[in-house]
Amino acid sequence: MRRLRTPPWLERQRYLLDFTLSSLGRRRGRNLALLALYALVVFMLASVLMFTQALRGEALRILEGAPDVVVQRMVAGRHDLIPGDRVEQLSRVRGVQEARGRLWGYYYDTYTQANFTFLVPDRFWGKPGEVVIGEGVARARFAQPGDPFPMQAADGSVEILEVRETIAASSALVSSDLVLLSEADFRHLFSVPRDLYTDIALTVPNGKEVPMVAAKIRGQMPDTRPITHAEIARTYEAILDWRSGLAVLVLASAVLSFGIVAWDKASGLSADERREIGILKAIGWDTTEVLAVKAWEGAVISLSAFLVGLLLAYAHVFVARAPLLAPVLKGWSVLYPDFRLTPTGSPFLVATLFLLTVVPYTVATVVPAWRAATADPDAVMRS
Amino acid sequence: MRQSDRFLLFLLGVLALLGAARLHALQRGRERSEEVGAMTSMARRLGLTDLCVFTDARYTRHPSQADRFAPFQDHPTSLEHFPSGSLVPPP
Amino acid sequence: MIRLEDVRKVFHQGRPDELVAVDGVSLDISDKQVTVLRGPSGSGKTSVLALVGCMARPTSGRIHVGDREVTSLPEHFLTEVRRRTFGFVFQEFHLVRGLTALENVMLPAYPLGGSRKQLLSRAQALLERFGVGGRARERADWLSGGESQRVAIARALVNDPMVVVADEPTAHLDSKLSASFMGVVDALRSEGRTVLIASHDPIVHESEVVDRVVTLRDGRIVDEAL
Repeated sequence: MRRLRTPPWLERQRYLLDFTLSSLGRRRGRNLALLALYALVVFMLASVLMFTQALRGEALRILEGAPDVVVQRMVAGRHDLIPGDRVEQLSRVRGVQEARGRLWGYYYDTYTQANFTFLVPDRFWGKPGEVVIGEGVARARFAQPGDPFPMQAADGSVEILEVRETIAASSALVSSDLVLLSEADFRHLFSVPRDLYTDIALTVPNGKEVPMVAAKIRGQMPDTRPITHAEIARTYEAILDWRSGLAVLVLASAVLSFGIVAWDKASGLSADERREIGILKAIGWDTTEVLAVKAWEGAVISLSAFLVGLLLAYAHVFVARAPLLAPVLKGWSVLYPDFRLTPTGSPFLVATLFLLTVVPYTVATVVPAWRAATADPDAVMRS
Repeated sequence: MRQSDRFLLFLLGVLALLGAARLHALQRGRERSEEVGAMTSMARRLGLTDLCVFTDARYTRHPSQADRFAPFQDHPTSLEHFPSGSLVPPP
Repeated sequence: MIRLEDVRKVFHQGRPDELVAVDGVSLDISDKQVTVLRGPSGSGKTSVLALVGCMARPTSGRIHVGDREVTSLPEHFLTEVRRRTFGFVFQEFHLVRGLTALENVMLPAYPLGGSRKQLLSRAQALLERFGVGGRARERADWLSGGESQRVAIARALVNDPMVVVADEPTAHLDSKLSASFMGVVDALRSEGRTVLIASHDPIVHESEVVDRVVTLRDGRIVDEAL
């Protein structure tokens, strides 16, 4: 059977790689530690990036269902309740198909030290005295359908409602802390008078008209702040952009770590390394071959670290559901959805990470060897 | 086995696992698609404006709705009061 | 045949520490013969060796290897000529620490990209020829002086060079091993190779194996004896 004949240049690279691996193996412990550290940095960075990108993708898809415009009333720069007569006024604005007063607010639950979001849906399907709760609320209160649901009303009295049903856990990302109830119960609990709403949601069928509608509202009602659908999307794009928040922090520390390692390499060759290069040149290797070995040295470590870090990050975020990121994101919140996210494959992300990790390290390994690699071989003989 | 072959095998192995991850991602995407669709409908039905991610403070719970006062309502220097406040910038 | 024409080698030219290592040497090194360069340290022996072996370029003058002039060949081509034509045994042996004896022997052949199976057997055979076959898988830093030298010789022969160059090969050897080294030189000559040795050791330059002795002093040839 004839063996496959690989071209000489490929054979040469295999030999050079053999030498590089032998060379690295001489300080096996140190190089493995370096690789592990490197992979760890990639892992952390990639975890954060993969998580935020996935969450962003889902956020933007889910919030497609958000209202076209939400009109808030501002008093002295602060969000205040809005009078009910504005609903009719807003529904007459050109482009607006429907205006609906919304009732929602925050409830701090002393029993569980959690914040719940109370919301009156457009057509609440329960009876007065009933609540529909999100999965996080059910968890925090150990509440099941049929259980009592006590709350402290704004007037100090304790109201006990009944859990009608819990919202499916699969929708936790959007409903985990929700408590849905009837308008009457809401108004009583929070002492909100009958003619006031939290804000007003508008339906504007023609998306292109939204900016115009918003402008008109600002003109007609200067004490309001219209929040458009686009602004909602932009908020989440910005929060979960890889350039902001946590990502910057991790990115900065990653760049810093690579910088430290690269600096250590770039600060010069050890006497051993210099000697080794001299010997290679003396026995007949030319400059390109010596540099190739150095490049392989950098590439072997950084490429391995990059791929392993990437793989572990994927497993961490999308198989294990990001247990290491959880404490950071959770903060002090008690209610926390289970992040079973859609992985978004971004070639741009992978390419950026690759450029950030593999290239600088490989360069940092080659450059300091330049002078030694280009020196005349007879320098070794004279040493 | 030759050292370079061993290394190349290792690389191939990791790349294969990454390929498997890609397949897993596609599969998860398919599975999750229905759930995400359901959440979109829910957002539409209930008129939701924000995801339920950062629930420790009011201005982090509804970032798209928060006003300038919200972070300071609890405490004058409340911007870093809650951990997730370091992740979610005030409006 | 290797020919040097009025070759000069100056280090640090124009600077206060300028050193003229080789000062107008013209030399013809005949094929299939053993030539010894003799002289005290500082006489320029090592530099002439480096120039002959295409490891350094002359400051002025010309060098021919066979019918090819190598004086101003670009580095890549010069290295090609060197690794196919010459095998070096250094005074300090210069084996790569941490690699096995076998790997050290194979190293000069790596850039040539040939069959690894053949290279492995060739290297092993060379080690056996010089009596260190059993030490093939030992790390180079664990070999004794004599073993190291024999590994160095094996390494010099791995690419089947026409010319073997040795710089003070007996410096770290006792008389017995030195004599045995000259036996190796004899064998190399019978194989049709050219051998060039720099040495101030009488065991070397007074040996019967040697065809020609060239004496150097202060970078110049002062005597040529046969």
